[in-house]
Amino acid sequence: MTTLSRPSPIRSNKQLPFYVFLAIVIWLIAYNIIQPLADWISYTALGFAKDSRFGESLAFFLYDVPKILLLLSGMVFAISIIRTFFSPERTRAMLGGKRAGVGNVFAALLGIVTPFCSCSAVPLFIGFVESGIPLGVTFSFLIAAPTINEVAVIMLFGLFGWKVAALYILSGLGIAILAGIVIGRLKMERYVEDFVWQIKGGTGQTLDEKLTWNDRIERAWDSVKEIVGKVWIYVIVGIAVGAGIHGYVPEDALVAIMGKQAWWSVPAAVLLGIPLYSNAAGVIPIVSALMEKGASLGTVLAFMMAVVGLSLPETIILRRVLKPQLIAVFIGVIAVAIIFTGYLFNIIL
Amino acid sequence: MLTVKVLGSGCANCKRVEQIVRKVVEDHGLQAEVIKVTEYPEIMKYNIMSTPGLVINEKIVSTGRIPTPAEVTTWLTSAVEVA
Repeated sequence: MTTLSRPSPIRSNKQLPFYVFLAIVIWLIAYNIIQPLADWISYTALGFAKDSRFGESLAFFLYDVPKILLLLSGMVFAISIIRTFFSPERTRAMLGGKRAGVGNVFAALLGIVTPFCSCSAVPLFIGFVESGIPLGVTFSFLIAAPTINEVAVIMLFGLFGWKVAALYILSGLGIAILAGIVIGRLKMERYVEDFVWQIKGGTGQTLDEKLTWNDRIERAWDSVKEIVGKVWIYVIVGIAVGAGIHGYVPEDALVAIMGKQAWWSVPAAVLLGIPLYSNAAGVIPIVSALMEKGASLGTVLAFMMAVVGLSLPETIILRRVLKPQLIAVFIGVIAVAIIFTGYLFNIIL
Repeated sequence: MLTVKVLGSGCANCKRVEQIVRKVVEDHGLQAEVIKVTEYPEIMKYNIMSTPGLVINEKIVSTGRIPTPAEVTTWLTSAVEVA
């Protein structure tokens, strides 16, 4: 049976590091020429005037699409390499024996780096709870993991800059930690479906893979293909709409409905954001353009977090292990935390 | 005869793994029974925390990702040699 204990390397490619180096060089060159290239195509080759609405929208589109796709490919690759060093099993071992409080902080932080897909939310939930990790700590993980996701953070970085991306990560962490602590305090254990408590970890065998650097590079490349392959169309459509807004909607048009003064805009943005999940990649370019026209940062970030963190598909999947009361508390606590964060940013920024 | 189990509640990735396994089994003319395990209590017997999971003759070979056809071929053919 020993031959099965770990996958044999698909191909031991000694030239792989060289290809990675080559890819980095090409990436850097491409990243630096897209701005002049977009301007050249729009204003010189196609001859639009520099202050024309269509020319401006076109240049904006031709620059942002390749920029975001390059950022996504490069950073998803880097993040995926980091994630090959983490696994849900390791995260669970690290969280074992941590009390509420410290445990919530650890769980939220590990939620950022542990590979996670919402379709695995149930086995992950059962695995955590069954090994004795408190319910609140488990929720801190389950909130942080999808909220602080790579596509959202990279696109915020590309379109809003590093400060907004950092604010997003910090507030995502804060919401995950606080919401987890609140859910833990509420003692909701009896609202977990009964079968979860009856599951006993089976055979005790675990998959302990020893990955080579080639394996890590290949897996990271696979995630780039998977993630960019899934979101590129949303990126293009989102940026096209954003470019249209950029060129055609007058400055300050949105101050009245999405500005700081409109108190109801934050809860409205959160309610609107909850059912929009798969379009996270398309939503960010649009909200970025909205912000130029007077929408406030707190409202925009609240909307983003509701889109990404409170996803309908994940909630439906979690219904398999949580009774409706706990689902309601889960959604309610996060929604309130996001609304609070939105107001906080509107006040302090 | 190999017993191959694909663990997962039926998400897109799980279906993809099942397709890859069936293709490899067919292409190499292997004697294998491919079973889909979709119920969580059953899945959790394998102590995995991310789906899709792939189990060959009751041994976990992959979790939380879609293995390549080349990997699946290696696992299946070496399982045949062992058996």
